[in-house]
Amino acid sequence: MALDSKIPKGPIADKWTKHKSNINLVSPANKRLIDVIVVGTGLAGASASATLAELGYNVKTFCFQDSPRRAHSIAAQGGINAAKNYQGDGDSTYRLFYDTIKGGDYRSREANVHRLAEVSTNIIDQCVAQGVPFARDYGGLLDNRSFGGVLVSRTFYAKGQTGQQLLLGAYSAMNRQIGRGKIKMYNRHEMMELVVVDGKARGIIARNLVNGKLERHSAHAVVIASGGYGNVFFLSTNAMGSNVSAAWKIHKKGAHFANPCFTQIHPTCIPVSGDHQSKLTLMSESLRNDGRIWVPKNLEDVKAIREGKLKPTELSEEQRDYYLERRYPAFGNLVPRDVASRAAKERCDEGYGVNKTGEAVYLDFAASIIRYGKEQAHVKGLDENDAVLVKKLGQDVIRAKYGNLFQMYEKIVDQNPYETPMMIYPAVHYTMGGVWVDYNLMTSIPGCYAIGEANFSDHGANRLGASALMQGLADGYFVLPYTIGDYLADDIRTGTIDTNLPEFEKAEAAVKAQMDAFVNNNGTHTVDYYHRKLGKIMWDKCGMSRNSKGLNEAIVEIKALREDFYKNVKVPGTTSEFNPELAKAARVADFLELGELFAKDALERNESCGGHFREESQTPEGEALRDDKNFTFVSAWEYQGEPAKAKLHKEQLNYEEIEVKTRSYK
Amino acid sequence: MNLTLKVWRQANADAKGNLETYQIKEVSPDMSFLEMMDVLNEELIEKGIDPVAFDHDCREGICGMCSMFINGEAHGPDRLVTTCQLHMRKFKDGDTITIEPFRAKAFPVIKDLTVDRSSFDRIQQAGGFVSVNTSGNTQDANAIPIEKHNADKAFDAAACIGCGACVATCKNASAMLFVSAKVSQYALLPQGRVEATDRVLNMVNQMDEEGFGNCTNTGACEVECPKGISLENIARMNREYLYASLKG
Amino acid sequence: MTLIASSIGRKLAMALSGLFLVVFLTQHFFINLTSVFSESLFNEISHFMGNNPLVQMILQPILILGVLFHFTMGFVLELQNAKSRVVKYKSYKGSANAPWVSRNMILSGIVILSFLGLHLYDFWFPEMNYKYIESLPLDPDRYFGELVHKFESQVRVILYVLSFVFLALHLYHGFASSFQTMGLNNKYSKAIKSFTVAFSFLIPAGFIAIALFHHITTF
Repeated sequence: MALDSKIPKGPIADKWTKHKSNINLVSPANKRLIDVIVVGTGLAGASASATLAELGYNVKTFCFQDSPRRAHSIAAQGGINAAKNYQGDGDSTYRLFYDTIKGGDYRSREANVHRLAEVSTNIIDQCVAQGVPFARDYGGLLDNRSFGGVLVSRTFYAKGQTGQQLLLGAYSAMNRQIGRGKIKMYNRHEMMELVVVDGKARGIIARNLVNGKLERHSAHAVVIASGGYGNVFFLSTNAMGSNVSAAWKIHKKGAHFANPCFTQIHPTCIPVSGDHQSKLTLMSESLRNDGRIWVPKNLEDVKAIREGKLKPTELSEEQRDYYLERRYPAFGNLVPRDVASRAAKERCDEGYGVNKTGEAVYLDFAASIIRYGKEQAHVKGLDENDAVLVKKLGQDVIRAKYGNLFQMYEKIVDQNPYETPMMIYPAVHYTMGGVWVDYNLMTSIPGCYAIGEANFSDHGANRLGASALMQGLADGYFVLPYTIGDYLADDIRTGTIDTNLPEFEKAEAAVKAQMDAFVNNNGTHTVDYYHRKLGKIMWDKCGMSRNSKGLNEAIVEIKALREDFYKNVKVPGTTSEFNPELAKAARVADFLELGELFAKDALERNESCGGHFREESQTPEGEALRDDKNFTFVSAWEYQGEPAKAKLHKEQLNYEEIEVKTRSYK
Repeated sequence: MNLTLKVWRQANADAKGNLETYQIKEVSPDMSFLEMMDVLNEELIEKGIDPVAFDHDCREGICGMCSMFINGEAHGPDRLVTTCQLHMRKFKDGDTITIEPFRAKAFPVIKDLTVDRSSFDRIQQAGGFVSVNTSGNTQDANAIPIEKHNADKAFDAAACIGCGACVATCKNASAMLFVSAKVSQYALLPQGRVEATDRVLNMVNQMDEEGFGNCTNTGACEVECPKGISLENIARMNREYLYASLKG
Repeated sequence: MTLIASSIGRKLAMALSGLFLVVFLTQHFFINLTSVFSESLFNEISHFMGNNPLVQMILQPILILGVLFHFTMGFVLELQNAKSRVVKYKSYKGSANAPWVSRNMILSGIVILSFLGLHLYDFWFPEMNYKYIESLPLDPDRYFGELVHKFESQVRVILYVLSFVFLALHLYHGFASSFQTMGLNNKYSKAIKSFTVAFSFLIPAGFIAIALFHHITTF
């Protein structure tokens, strides 16, 4: 099937407005006759459910957690971008559009990104109206901060829990519709399979996780909002339950999977402490506004620090290497995430890592504490040269800005970051790749949509900070509810889809067979055993730096691991009870397939762009080298029986508005 | 370190549960409590024993899913943390740790340490929202300035993660801290004031219907709350409720 | 009507009736206090309280209703609360996060209620009997003697002292807490708490001191 991105014609600034006016609509009376399934209740899923219900559709929403409020969008810390230009620092829709395209290393679709920038301002209006408590200044107006990869302050925030506040806003909008009976909410339900009838998505098979029962749910359209697949690395900042299964199931039913190798490795996470590690914790990128990143200049100092003989605070300025400020004077500590992560890896690979495992660098707030302290002392008319006072005042400012993050760090690492620099290391955080969608956010299966992190559309090869929340809500509140009408307009006479159709029966039988096979397998190794092994292959060979040898090995190893998994995995309990291990087994099975496609995609893309760094493609100074001539396209993979056989479709990316340049933050 | 764990095992909602004792060896002090439980479960699976079912997801203290009652306290002995942020360095070699689910009539056990907290969802469905159309056609976000003091207080209330530690720890299994945090967040913002009367009446009514106990102002909830939600919110809700009832 | 049926409404009723009892307790204390300084003043006030129709026919029934309401509602809420957790914890460390007094209001309440029984038996029933059943002649000077007489017994004084210790505990939590229930939690709350601490110590301690004074001086 050929790829048709359905990008509207005309000047970029008018595309979305015109498109909205031209597409088909469903009348309010007819919306009542149409059912829509939404899988996932993060920012995208919750906001889409709320708006679809508001418009009048009958919505059925599914989440595997015990409440929709727990979806992992909740964990986003730093903020949400919007081109409001409240600070008057030269921001505009165009600049947000430009920054996002550039930040994505020229691998995203212009039309989608421009639309995102256009609706970004609406999001803030909407959220404030819903009672989201954004940070405000003393005048009572909204406050902004700055994030990596941009030169303006356009990030709105709610202390270190912007994600939770936005999600609670979307959740409250959902609650209102649940209360009105327009959304039927299915908590602790997992989507197991997509049901396709006559080539159209017509329902899902869901598993009630409490009693293990398989349920058939029909609808006229299915929306996948199940988030990203970072957990393919086992260790990531994703939640334990975050999974690729919903996206992978639709891929196997015909939806193309785009750019699976585009993964964001976030530079500021708490380093791994030991083999028992089950997940990694992010420290918001906003910390880089006030923290300076460094490692010691001399290897002897590194050694002494690792042995505990030397404290980082004892090193003088001359003995420190602020490597980001050294390499990238224009952006300094605020370079985009991919650049910051690779630079940390480069230092640690050279032996400058500062913790026992050699995989950590410092994020130091001492300079900011003094700067803020002096400022405060000046404002309050106190002695600016009193070091103790200045430190105290400075720490108070830092506490007000990042208090909860510092507390979290101290609880995990047992060190006081006000006194000693934080230790950080990159970790898998976000996946820019995902289900391929057209301009309407429809996948290559008619009637099946993908929104939020689950799709691939807006972030190219690297996502800028505070843009994930923006995209999730843009898709859910303002894009999908319009575009889905174009498709559903043909369904007003269809009537309820019968769940007794043979397609439902077949899909349910397949799921049941898989579940039975797991519990009857009687193997020797736990699910986590396989997940850890997969994670290690992924991190070592498809991580921050990739080469063809490693990727080829990864493909072979993942396939072998998958075969071993099916033979030897041990899943306790039965299929008809609350069985978290069984749910986990089904998810890991999908990761074991996705991992292989991931490596295949990374191998195919023999260029370095954004989060994807191929060692074969770099400048003499070790900076990423893009190959625009050969790789200015989206890789969309079509499933053909197994991951190794997936067929590549290329969607060429055309840049009409923005001149493609080498990304430089120097 | 080596520990003795007494874990509540209950096959399903209707089964009668009991505490089972397990030994666990070589626990690292840097492990989180849930990572210790992971190790226990791997061992149980290898021995052919059903692993302990417990809720958890984000493991960074924000989703509010983890919910263990450890040694007589919700989320264990540490303050301002959820179970997932509790680290084993808070325990000593040779300790015996009793682990139970969050208990309340309104939080029935699903299995072992997993409970059903959908009563919290229903309370919010009763009124925990601003009735605004989600089409985005609202006024500009800066149209109504909000006093910083109130905005900050609204945020502090909104920091509630809905974990249910307040209910679990309250001797009366009262949900007042949770409900009051939600009521307060909206009551403090001009956008939420419009529906304040109906909201507080409906939410308190739903809270009572769910079978939570009454508040007796012991203050235990505030101490055990991982997000430090203040009792001030309960006073505010009392005030709002009284006013709303009299207004009718 | 919804107000009193709701959990918050009932709590409010507890708080208001409790505060009313606090007011009664305070005036009772000051009347008792006069017995230490002036026998005649005590007799005079007691006679007034015992024979003024407003006090006897209006205030007294309100007081009785207040007492009955406060403890009946206390029991009702306690039973309701017990039902809100069907399966109890095997390990519950209440002391880790809440003071003993706040968790045991029902216990201090029961002790106070028992004492109230004794107190009614000692003073109120004989009084009612004297005035309304046997309709004995008015004797404005009998009160002080009756009071002192009751404090002769050592057992009674010990019970009296113990009960007031529990009353102190009950007040220590209940008084400040009633303001929280009425929706008051702001910058004045600290002052209310300090006042509660002082009040819950001084008033019961005063009652105890008066009892001991009479107990000791009668020998």
